[in-house]
Amino acid sequence: MASRPPLFPQRRYRKEINRSHSPVLANVMPWLSIMLASVVPQWLSIFSAPVLPPFGYLMLVAWRQVRPGVLPVWAGLPLGLFDDLYSGMPLGSGILLWSITLIAMEMLEATYPWRGVVVDWLAGSVLAAGYILIGCLVGGHGAPAIAVTPVLFQIAASILLFPLVGRFAAWCDRLRLIRFRSIR
Amino acid sequence: MAPPSNRRTGFSKRAQYTNFFGYIAAIAGALLGGALLIVSFVDPTAFSGLRGIASDGARPMATATATVRSEGSGLFSTIGGYFTRGSRVARLEREAEINRVRLAEAAALADENRRLKALMNMPVEGVAQVAKAQLIASTGSSPRRFATLSAGSSAGVATGMPVRSPLGLVGRVLEVSRGTSRVLLITDSESVVPVRRSTDGIFATARGVGDGTMRLELVSLGINPLKPGDIFVTSGSGGLYRPGIAVAVVMAVTRDGAVARVLSDPASSEFVAVDPVYIAALGMPDASVSAPPPPVPAKQ
Repeated sequence: MASRPPLFPQRRYRKEINRSHSPVLANVMPWLSIMLASVVPQWLSIFSAPVLPPFGYLMLVAWRQVRPGVLPVWAGLPLGLFDDLYSGMPLGSGILLWSITLIAMEMLEATYPWRGVVVDWLAGSVLAAGYILIGCLVGGHGAPAIAVTPVLFQIAASILLFPLVGRFAAWCDRLRLIRFRSIR
Repeated sequence: MAPPSNRRTGFSKRAQYTNFFGYIAAIAGALLGGALLIVSFVDPTAFSGLRGIASDGARPMATATATVRSEGSGLFSTIGGYFTRGSRVARLEREAEINRVRLAEAAALADENRRLKALMNMPVEGVAQVAKAQLIASTGSSPRRFATLSAGSSAGVATGMPVRSPLGLVGRVLEVSRGTSRVLLITDSESVVPVRRSTDGIFATARGVGDGTMRLELVSLGINPLKPGDIFVTSGSGGLYRPGIAVAVVMAVTRDGAVARVLSDPASSEFVAVDPVYIAALGMPDASVSAPPPPVPAKQ
């Protein structure tokens, strides 16, 4: 089976004399990438309709699927709080939904340990669609009517972009484990 | 692929406790989130200070991104101009659009002036602009339409001030922090702008829908006189927005109003101006910070 050329030079992650992971990078990378994913897309344009997929949430689910042990179960509290500060949702909804997501994924994984690309994509799609719909109920409370078309577009975009977000999380994971620190 | 086997903690008491307290912390976090959500429902401005600190912290990077964004879009429009008839055409088209809106605003001003002359002793004052700033971020994935403005209380921005671009009304300031402020865009579903038709002053309210359009609801019901292409400007009632700022143009007429497109697309308005609250600029008491109601006399 022909393997693709690696994204980084192969010697960088092989066990190597005198080179090691950076513990700071290895621990910070998942948190930082999720926080950036929930903030940076909002700087790209001034959106007049809710069409942007919730990238922070997608990144959280993707990290949880790519590398199950790297985020603790309680990570929904700080990461959801950070997302709430920027997302425009009432503060608390992100904490609640992200915590519930992580707990639910933990329980589901204990019950159904089989995984694969399609299963992960399906699970991510269901979670993202549920998150967006609950977000509409929670965030748009009191509004007489919410436009349906942008929300449907948002859900479709989230589902289609989810594998790409997963690839990005996997890329961040490889970046996380680069051995560049020299041991003396 | 099965999950990693480190789910089983074995006989290590430390690992067992870590796992157990992790779950406890997760459940506590969810409960805390629910409590905070209830607080946010009861008082939507409860955590505005926290949000302000957060957006102040993100301001440098957001401003840099916004600058790159505006320069990038300028570059694209220039290239596009060369592909059509040169960049001159793109510029002239933009100017023509601005002029069309300005004409509508001028018609509204003339109408306003006529009415003011009829009133004779109405205090009229030139409205000075508070600050000129950039919209640096927006909530693209939530159902609410907020944008972040790169000017805050240190620039004199205060809650309630209208935000407009050369093309028309953008929104109003909702929360203010030191270096940034949060703007409620007029396309938000909780934003209601009192408007009137620029030509004859038929009053309506323009309510945001949340997808970039607005719903115009006529104040006086009856025969619907609206036509596609009618331009609506702020009427000035309510005292928040100065009269005559362009708001929306009618796209389709419904039974009791119309669906209108917002004139100032916030995505293309890079720099916006913050105006003072209209009624405060006129020297009248501010309606948005009303005094507490007088105590109800006790019944015997």
